[in-house]
Amino acid sequence: MTQASVLKNLDEVRAMIKRHKLNDYIFAIVGLIALMIGLLTLLTLFIDLVMDGFERFSLEFLTNYPSRRAVNAGLLSAWVGSLLVMVVTFLSAVPMGVAAGIYLEEYAPKNWFSDLIEINVTNLAGVPSIVYGLLALGLFVYILDLGQSILTAGLTLGLLILPVVIVATREAIRGIPVAIREAAYAVGATKWQVVSQHVIHYSFGGILTGVIIGMARALGETAPVITIGALTFIAFLPPSPVTTEPPFLNFEWLSSGFTVLPIQMFNWLSRPDHAFHVNAAATGALIIVVTLLMNGTAIWLRYRIRKNIKW
Amino acid sequence: MQSKFVKALGIATLVAGAFSMPTAHAAPEKVIKIDGSSTVYPITEAVAEEFQKEKKTKVTVGISGTGGGFKKFCRGETDISQASRPILQKEMDICKEAGVQYIELAVAYDALTVVINPKNEFIKSLTVEELKKMWEPAAQGKIKTWKQVNATWPDTPLKLFGPGADSGTFDYFTEAVVGKAKSSRGDFTASEDDNVLVNGVAGDVGGMGYFGYAYYEENQNKLKAVPIVAKAGSPAVSPSPETVMNGTYQPLSRPLFIYVNATAGAFKPEVKAFIDYYLAKAPELVKEVKYVPLPKHEYAAVTAHWKALKPGTGFGGVPEVGVKIEELIKRIQ
Repeated sequence: MTQASVLKNLDEVRAMIKRHKLNDYIFAIVGLIALMIGLLTLLTLFIDLVMDGFERFSLEFLTNYPSRRAVNAGLLSAWVGSLLVMVVTFLSAVPMGVAAGIYLEEYAPKNWFSDLIEINVTNLAGVPSIVYGLLALGLFVYILDLGQSILTAGLTLGLLILPVVIVATREAIRGIPVAIREAAYAVGATKWQVVSQHVIHYSFGGILTGVIIGMARALGETAPVITIGALTFIAFLPPSPVTTEPPFLNFEWLSSGFTVLPIQMFNWLSRPDHAFHVNAAATGALIIVVTLLMNGTAIWLRYRIRKNIKW
Repeated sequence: MQSKFVKALGIATLVAGAFSMPTAHAAPEKVIKIDGSSTVYPITEAVAEEFQKEKKTKVTVGISGTGGGFKKFCRGETDISQASRPILQKEMDICKEAGVQYIELAVAYDALTVVINPKNEFIKSLTVEELKKMWEPAAQGKIKTWKQVNATWPDTPLKLFGPGADSGTFDYFTEAVVGKAKSSRGDFTASEDDNVLVNGVAGDVGGMGYFGYAYYEENQNKLKAVPIVAKAGSPAVSPSPETVMNGTYQPLSRPLFIYVNATAGAFKPEVKAFIDYYLAKAPELVKEVKYVPLPKHEYAAVTAHWKALKPGTGFGGVPEVGVKIEELIKRIQ
């Protein structure tokens, strides 16, 4: 091979490298643009909401009940309702979802029946939320006679996020190296010991992330909660869950009527009076902030917990 | 471990405190449940707000629409149902079957307002006959421009906006204009959110829509209200509180109702107190939330009717148009 041909060859190689680098560059820019479109849209929406609702941001907005006068109207019954519904959602969806995820991943035999369940769980995650609302109206409100209560709403939203929790749990469990399980079995651990002391322990961060993302979704849901008959005007709080007299716990709040943040926002938005639209914007901004905080916490927790795990 | 427990206990106490404060005096729970029309909602909301400041009774108000409200009411789930049209035959039958008796009370007037785009210069007024031509079922797919309604109007596309079929406003408008409740063409833009209708008409030169007067009043800079000619030869009348009160805005001014569950045994004393309060405060509060109050003598008649506790409806299950309140009450005796 002459020197000239080597050099020529080298030029070709260089040109190729240059071309591929350009492709790299182009893809990075396309990716960045795609990301920016999503982020900027959200940011624009958020800033718009904040600008519209700005004048209503105050402590009174959180401590006042709804009112016919927009300036005096507040979110107290709505955010307390949202909080209590979230408690029920958490208590119903998380233990069930995590247990189902662990069972499917660790215990279930790999056969057609498990495949069928798996397909159904994945499908459920994509069912429109209004369908859950209709199901809940028939099942919880009329058949089980739970009424249009916090319990019904919490269970409905619990069902809604159940697939999310199951899928997240399974993903988190799959991330644990097989060697860990084998090591545990090697020293004589039973299956339950492996699951309870290792699998759950190491997948905790991932499960938590899934749970929080699911809860954030449930917080913003409107359609199923309207379907089961959430109220629009409610100027009192449900009975307190904790009392000063023994047994210190009170479950009456479960059967209380309620409203939630997105419904209050929807109601204000459909008013003729523009002053109420300001309230709606402020509520929207608040929901976005809470959702962002929840998702942020999820990311932070995952980071913290991963850092502490040393295989 | 110890400190964690103490912390948790501290938080629990704080939460407990926060919740128990407002309900510290919660003796036996008294809750009045109200649901129904979103048109009547602002009035009930105002009354409920004031009532709860004075009495310990709790009041909840939902907005399932007039039809949705009656469904719950006839199942005995609510104490009071708000309605922007009278109870229909089908609903009367369901209530009767369930043994639910009700007292019909008119609480305010509203003017169904027909609106067009402010850039629309050729419409000065509309007759009911012309409205019927646009909205009747036979117009579906056929009447597409203003010219097809009246040859003297230009060939602008006619874009119609109206409330959805579950709305009492829809029922009343179709009864008043087409002559039969719920009988309407289906190819118009329907929304339960009146602000969507406002923006639809405001954004289309050939747009036309109808909704309650309050939505027009708040959006006068974006919309034009059309004066209505009731019968050939009569003058065109614009919607306003005055024309509604003096009875000249016909046939689109409508009474708004509440229906009270008066079934023996289910009739709670707190509901009675609430209605007493409602009727006493209505003249003042109705005006504040931008509806038209009934004239004094009509409130007096409604109050007398309430005191007599006569169940039933003054309508025969048909949303009859243009009946006087006193005439309605007389029919129930």
